[in-house]
Amino acid sequence: MAQVTLRKVFKKYDEVPAVRGVDLDIADKEFIVLVGPSGCGKSTTLRMIAGLEEITGGDIAIGGNIVNDVPPKDRDIAMVFQNYALYPHMNVYENMSFGLKLKKTPKDEIDRRVRAAAGILDITELLDRKPKALSGGQRQRVAMGRAIVRDPKVFLFDEPLSNLDAKLRVQMRTEIKKVHQKVRTTTVYVTHDQVEAMTLADRVVVMNAGLIEQVGTPNDLYHSPTTKFVAGFIGSPAMNFISCQLEQAAGALRIRVNDKLSFPVPSERTARYTPQVGKPKLVLGLRPEHIIETRPHVEPNQHDFDMTIEVVEPMGMETLVYFTVNGVEVCGRVNPNAGAAAGRSMKLRADLSNMHLIDDTTGKVL
Amino acid sequence: MTNAAITADAPVRPAHYGSVSRDRRWAMRWSYFFLVLFAIFFLMPPFYMLLTSLKTSGEISAATNPWWVFDPTLDNYIALLTKNEFLIFFRNSAMVSICVVSVTMVISVLAAFSLARMKFWGSATLATGVFLTYLVPDTLLFIPLFKMFAWFRDLTGIELINHWWTMIILYPTLSVPFATWIMIGYFASIPKELDEAALIDGASWFQTLTKIFIPVAMPGIIAAMIFSFTVSWAQFLYPLAFTTSSSELLLPVGIVTTLIKGDVFNWGQIMTGALLGAAPPLIIYAFLMDYYVAGLTAGATKG
Repeated sequence: MAQVTLRKVFKKYDEVPAVRGVDLDIADKEFIVLVGPSGCGKSTTLRMIAGLEEITGGDIAIGGNIVNDVPPKDRDIAMVFQNYALYPHMNVYENMSFGLKLKKTPKDEIDRRVRAAAGILDITELLDRKPKALSGGQRQRVAMGRAIVRDPKVFLFDEPLSNLDAKLRVQMRTEIKKVHQKVRTTTVYVTHDQVEAMTLADRVVVMNAGLIEQVGTPNDLYHSPTTKFVAGFIGSPAMNFISCQLEQAAGALRIRVNDKLSFPVPSERTARYTPQVGKPKLVLGLRPEHIIETRPHVEPNQHDFDMTIEVVEPMGMETLVYFTVNGVEVCGRVNPNAGAAAGRSMKLRADLSNMHLIDDTTGKVL
Repeated sequence: MTNAAITADAPVRPAHYGSVSRDRRWAMRWSYFFLVLFAIFFLMPPFYMLLTSLKTSGEISAATNPWWVFDPTLDNYIALLTKNEFLIFFRNSAMVSICVVSVTMVISVLAAFSLARMKFWGSATLATGVFLTYLVPDTLLFIPLFKMFAWFRDLTGIELINHWWTMIILYPTLSVPFATWIMIGYFASIPKELDEAALIDGASWFQTLTKIFIPVAMPGIIAAMIFSFTVSWAQFLYPLAFTTSSSELLLPVGIVTTLIKGDVFNWGQIMTGALLGAAPPLIIYAFLMDYYVAGLTAGATKG
């Protein structure tokens, strides 16, 4: 049993707040990813859980015990660092057994655990090597092995894949997920890469400016973001934000983007959006995959519009098209065979059943 | 077909292959020229010492070619190595150097570790202070030290002046600040994550120092050891000022005071003594230089 609880956790560096009151409940065996832009306080939060940073205010509990003043070694945690932090003068075996040796674990027990962990990570034949004789991916495995052998209550990962090249990163991402499925240890993982966050996490915690923006499953965050920040941060290419107005005309609710462009609000959303009519500074949030080409066999409807395409980016399975609406660049995802070409007009369809209406003054999704 | 046509029609451009290697060759010539020049310049005095040490007193004062030994002899070496005094100087110097290196390393490694890693109040100021101490020359220190020793004798009755072992107390005033400074720099270059990993693994500060920092910083430690050995082996002013009896002298002072009698310079033996005295540092440099240069930290983090 190792749930981790953060209650109103604060951190200030010389009066500069880095973390401004974080509340988070992490369940036993859960894989939590903290994600956000640099300087959002995610690493600081992780380091406070590890005990490497003192907390300025609030409480942190691991397995039900408050650990605010407990030194890192007594918190029963293991951490994997971005630059691996392997001990350069020790071979892989010694690196992995260092913590156990300090705890005066019997030799045969150490040996059993190191070999078991090495087996999980497939590094058994590397046990005699020094870190400098290992590749980046192998070093990362050893760093994970060092964490696994200690059989801690909580694993902490601090951007563990940032130093690897793109291909290896994807490979190690799967590896980390596999390891977690095998050992089922509560895990807190910090990254700035939203793809990593989405693919690894049971639940993702999006942080911004020292605060939690939203906590939820990857699908929750993607489909029902609660703030403009989360909506824009999760997903690639990012969600389009187009300034708009909500107007009531002849009993129907319409989203007016500009003089030429307006769409009827889908009927299932009218009740939700009616109170917003006439509000200033509204933003229409629409993901690129919800701006698609019209298909010949589908009935034309009021969500179709013509647009001059400015840039075309073929991705293989889809083609990204860019055009300008209200002075901002908008991205759509169309079929590669739809005949998109730069400078040509194209008939597109906005799938408003997946839209988000955002109040730009509060940054909240309505 | 088309490819061939293009090649045939392409304008012919004069190729300058090898210009890079020609540049490099000239750079090498100049570097060798200056290296040889400096080598001659710096090796001339030791070479002259060697020549003189192989000559008899008569040949040294004779008006012959000073760069050639006409009648080589090992008399100077035999005389010096069988002279009890010289062996005592040698022993004194060796004892002092070994002790000073040990004392210096214990103090400076502990000091540097705490100054580099344990962020306590005033640690940055203290680190700068350590360096400033190094800037105070020994010529400025020996008179106050003399005063302190007199005061210490009045207080405790222990005489510190005219004992070779007093140098073990004195030399660290010169070696500790610089060795600490080297070690602070070296420890600071060890990634912070390494001690954090050790901390999480359950190591105490002292274990982090002995099991992680000292092995990783070995090249730096050896550099600091070489430095403090050189300081204590070659130090001249302190033993000259603080020791007088011939049984308490150290090698550099011993050679000068016993082999120069009034205005009679026993050049052959002076040169022999200096050459023998220079041997230990030379041997140490020769054996430890590789270690000193080797980068042990490679592979600690990303690379």
